[in-house]
Amino acid sequence: MTYVLRYLKPYWKQLTMVSVLLLVQSLSNLYLPDLNARIINEGIAMGDIDTIVRIGLVMLAVTLLLAGCSMLAVFLTARSAMGFGRDLRRAVFAKVQSLSQAEVNRFGAPSLITRTTNDVQQMQMAVLMGFNMMFSAPIMSVGGVIMALRQDVPLSASIIVIVPLMALVVGLVMRRTMPLFKLQQRKIDRLNQVVREKIAGVRVIRAFVTTEREASRFNEANLDLTNTALTIQRTMALVMPSLMLIMHLSAVAIMWFGAHRIDSGAMPLGNLTAFISYVMQILMSVMMAVVMLVMVPRAVASAERVQEVLAEVPSVAGPAALEGPSEAEDESPADPMPEGIVEFRDVGFTYPGAEAPVLSGVSFVARPGEVTAIIGSTGSGKSTLVNLIPRLYDATDGALLIDGVDVRDIPLKRLRGMVGLVPQKAFLFSGTVASNLRYGKEDAAEAELWKALDVAQAKGFVSEMPGQLEAAIAQGGTNVSGGQRQRLAIARALVKRPRIYVFDDSFSALDFATDARLRAALRKQVGDATVFIVAQRVSTIKDADRIVVLDKGQVVGIGTHAELMTSCEVYKEIVRSQHAEEEIA
Amino acid sequence: MSGGSERVPRLAATGPEPGQGRGPRFGRGPGRGGFHGPPGMMPAERARDFKGSLRRLLRLLAPYRLATLMVVALALGSVVFSIVGPRILGNATNLLFEGIIGKQFPAGLSVEQVDRMLRAAGRQELADMLGRMNVVPGRGVDFAAIRSVLLAAAMLYVLSAAFSWAQHYIMAGVSQRLVYRLRRDVDAKLARVPLKYYDSNTRGEILSRVTNDIDNIASTLQQITTQLITAAVTVVGVLYMMLSISPLLTLMALATLPLSLIVTLGIAGRSQRQFAAQWESTGKLNGHIEEMYTGHTVVQAFNGQEKALRAFDDENARLYAAASRAHFISGIIMPAMHFINNLNYVGVCVIGGIRVARGLITLGDVQAFIQYARQFSQPISQTASIMNVLQSTVASAERVFEVLDEAEETPDPAQPVRLPRVAGRVEFRNVSFRYKPDVPLIENLNLVAEPGQTVAIVGPTGAGKTTLVNLLMRFYDVDDGAITIDGVDIRAMSRDGLRSLFGMVLQDTWLFEGTIRENIAYGCRDDRCPPGEEEILAAARAARVDHFVRALPEGYDTRIGDDASTISQGQRQLITIARAFLADPQILILDEATSSVDTRTELLIQQAMAELMKRRTSFVIAHRLSTIRNADVIVVMNQGRIIEHGNHESLMAAKGFYYDLYNSQFSKAFAEAV
Repeated sequence: MTYVLRYLKPYWKQLTMVSVLLLVQSLSNLYLPDLNARIINEGIAMGDIDTIVRIGLVMLAVTLLLAGCSMLAVFLTARSAMGFGRDLRRAVFAKVQSLSQAEVNRFGAPSLITRTTNDVQQMQMAVLMGFNMMFSAPIMSVGGVIMALRQDVPLSASIIVIVPLMALVVGLVMRRTMPLFKLQQRKIDRLNQVVREKIAGVRVIRAFVTTEREASRFNEANLDLTNTALTIQRTMALVMPSLMLIMHLSAVAIMWFGAHRIDSGAMPLGNLTAFISYVMQILMSVMMAVVMLVMVPRAVASAERVQEVLAEVPSVAGPAALEGPSEAEDESPADPMPEGIVEFRDVGFTYPGAEAPVLSGVSFVARPGEVTAIIGSTGSGKSTLVNLIPRLYDATDGALLIDGVDVRDIPLKRLRGMVGLVPQKAFLFSGTVASNLRYGKEDAAEAELWKALDVAQAKGFVSEMPGQLEAAIAQGGTNVSGGQRQRLAIARALVKRPRIYVFDDSFSALDFATDARLRAALRKQVGDATVFIVAQRVSTIKDADRIVVLDKGQVVGIGTHAELMTSCEVYKEIVRSQHAEEEIA
Repeated sequence: MSGGSERVPRLAATGPEPGQGRGPRFGRGPGRGGFHGPPGMMPAERARDFKGSLRRLLRLLAPYRLATLMVVALALGSVVFSIVGPRILGNATNLLFEGIIGKQFPAGLSVEQVDRMLRAAGRQELADMLGRMNVVPGRGVDFAAIRSVLLAAAMLYVLSAAFSWAQHYIMAGVSQRLVYRLRRDVDAKLARVPLKYYDSNTRGEILSRVTNDIDNIASTLQQITTQLITAAVTVVGVLYMMLSISPLLTLMALATLPLSLIVTLGIAGRSQRQFAAQWESTGKLNGHIEEMYTGHTVVQAFNGQEKALRAFDDENARLYAAASRAHFISGIIMPAMHFINNLNYVGVCVIGGIRVARGLITLGDVQAFIQYARQFSQPISQTASIMNVLQSTVASAERVFEVLDEAEETPDPAQPVRLPRVAGRVEFRNVSFRYKPDVPLIENLNLVAEPGQTVAIVGPTGAGKTTLVNLLMRFYDVDDGAITIDGVDIRAMSRDGLRSLFGMVLQDTWLFEGTIRENIAYGCRDDRCPPGEEEILAAARAARVDHFVRALPEGYDTRIGDDASTISQGQRQLITIARAFLADPQILILDEATSSVDTRTELLIQQAMAELMKRRTSFVIAHRLSTIRNADVIVVMNQGRIIEHGNHESLMAAKGFYYDLYNSQFSKAFAEAV
């Protein structure tokens, strides 16, 4: 919490200023009823019109001052709160950019999105709304009490009764509704989930003729939510009427006791009116403060969630000694062109907190001009293995070397510049075909883009798209088919012309013909680069120079297709499972 | 349907996470999940037909006419009582004042004598004031009278509070029931709209109408109705009271009304524009955040962090500029209103004071008047902010009504043909179909699948192989010709009756949040629901589900769902096969997956599917060579159209598209394999 509040620091001058303004504003607010009392006592009761006008002018001046202070305070608070939000949001975003895949997965992308957007927004609003209240409510309360005491001391005792009474009412309602609000959120989530499932599965629902069952499933969730919401609203219905009642009855009671005080000559009449005004002001502040208090738990929860992200230490970081100045020299021509010899030396990987390693004891060398294929069943660690190359994760055991240098000693930017990755989920950014293709190489010429598209077997459909290279791509690439998305992702990596290619199950959405054509073209294109291909289909990889067979995180066979067919049981089993029928056919 | 990952637009759907959702609200602004500002700061979402949609929304209140009338009556009572209150308290002040003045004069004197005394002493004004009062010289404060006045006021306040509570209580019931029905109606409607609706709208779009929009209505409806009623009654009541106290002071108070209206509307209009800008920036920024986070792998692998940060900073700066302007402008509404109110206050104090001193009005009345003047301006500024909320509520309602107004599927025939048991002869007779009227797709197709035969549908990626499925299941209706099952036109049957004949295993493995057992049981037919444990186990065994489920710690009670990672994609597919086994249909629709299924599970899926297809008429969206070669009929599709059909030999002999496809796709890939 305090960690997050650090981001308020740059605004301390403005906020101090705001506090002063709020103080002046509160004091003038309190001064008005006092002036009103004097109009009654000194003016009306004496029948002195001059005094009435004179005090009236003073009131006008105070009113002007009040308005000026408030507006300036609003201006400064808005700027500070929004500035705070801006800085905090940037800090979170920048932090997430520096996190490795491991941390992102642990939080989950949707959660990180909520934290960067919703939670920061929540805190920003808390600062905006809360700051005014947090300062003015105590000033108004304390000031109100002092002024009330000035008007009449014994009568001020009423405040001691009224304020706790209000707090009690609000407290009771809150205690009952707070858990209900949480419950309601869960029920909303449940209802949303049912609807989401029904929309996604509409074909299945209709095919299985389960519309009625689905309707009752929905209605159950609907009724459940309605009942909870009703309980909350009915309970909340108590709050405002009872608070108003307490305020009004307080005024009545003060009139009664005040009348006796006045009758006994202990207090002038005008003071009673002023006193009631002060009490009302105190009560209003208390009510506002209560409303604000409701925001506090939410803001604290948000602050904690934001703080968790900010406190996260990226598990993958560039080499300490080389970070900084040398990063800037990354692109310098002085850097020798890397060869691209990738060596896994007894590599192991365990997810943080997991018991069993995903990979263990993996050792092999991949050389430029060679294709290394990795095959194995789901969960055998194929993706993890190749993700270690651009350091999306770091090996937890052993070492990964490129050209004999531990990847952890290569500046991150340089390392990732060497590697062209086509991830398992072919993710495209919103923009155009061209902006996506240029993602790894901003200055790529159009001819280069077309060349890459040609190799990736994407030239055909891109040239048919309206605008061709300038055709719009929706966020996540949802406006092109899965196969097209994969081919564009492949082309994106090709444009980059890296030394090392990593295709992580990148051909799965392609039909056999396209797959075959693409691989043939790829072979020519990548030349003497080092190529890694993760695949499910044997047909995709059987021409590879080296096939690494993984089973439960361990290498159970390395060799060519022919070698493995004689030596590796797991490989043979995989081949059999895929081609058993074709062999017979 | 592409296998693309589902994405729900609007972040409201991804967040907020449980535990930090909507907080309690004290009758404040609307919330759409996440990013809402303070009250009245919704983006200016405007309804297309504001009046029409508002009227329709109000018509939804019709079933609750009685309750709504009660609410109005209670609001009326509550407001009237609370309005009379200050007037009565004013009387108490008068009594007090009279008592104190009266005490200053010796007892026994008549009022006339006091008046003469004062005028003699040159205290003209005081004498005037006394003239209006009921002063008994020498008598002190009349506590008995004050007590009864105060008790009356207290009673009124209690009644007012009780009425106000009852009003909120009843309205909560009305609005929640209304929203409940709205949700139910929309859900029922979604079951009746043709599949076309789902195919032409994104999931997120439909989802947000059922959830976000209705939630928005739910959370604002009560607030709007109670506040609008109260505001209207208050304005009228207070105006009456003010006029009855002093027309002159009323005029004075009303003089500032146009001023406050101009200020409120002027500022509100300006801030609306800034909020719209803020909203736009927020949307863009959140879109960017979402995109960069979901594409984190790519961003990192391509060294895109700095680029991402640059784009973020640009939009973040724009957001800051718009947001601080918006909050400043909207923030000065309150101080401005305060200022105008205080002008009023000072004016009433001074003029009222002078008039009291001249004996034209009593002190208590002035006091009451001051309170009324405050009450008067409050509902006006309140209404301004309520109008914003109303805008967004009506816009939401309109989107919900749009769903309710969607065209429905053509009704089933009144006397549908029932086929409890079929042989499974499926015939396409002169079938023509197009999704878009001007794009011909299937023209004059004739095709027969005899009972037990297999029809393989082949073609390159994106050839529109699901079209035939859509027609068979009547997700879409043919434009011309007919599809018959055992000679019966499928349009002569009820849709449910027709679909009961089919079993469907799609690549898009749809499982719902629940246990594995429940998901398999989903396949049961109406007459055998819920299925017995034996049936479920038998289906599970036949679908090769049993062995891996038993390996799970919770077995068949393992919970799976939308995105659950407890079981693999291949295993999910096996469960959908088990579902089909349980349904035991005569006709099958299968989709052979090509997506990431590991090789061993793939083998199991093949076995299970082969088993399922035995003795059943099957339509298979085929990717495997063996399935295709062994099929009785092969339907070759390209670019959405059926271009050839026949069996393997005849198609090969024709040397057409299939011949090329076969040679390029399969012969090379597999002749070399192994």
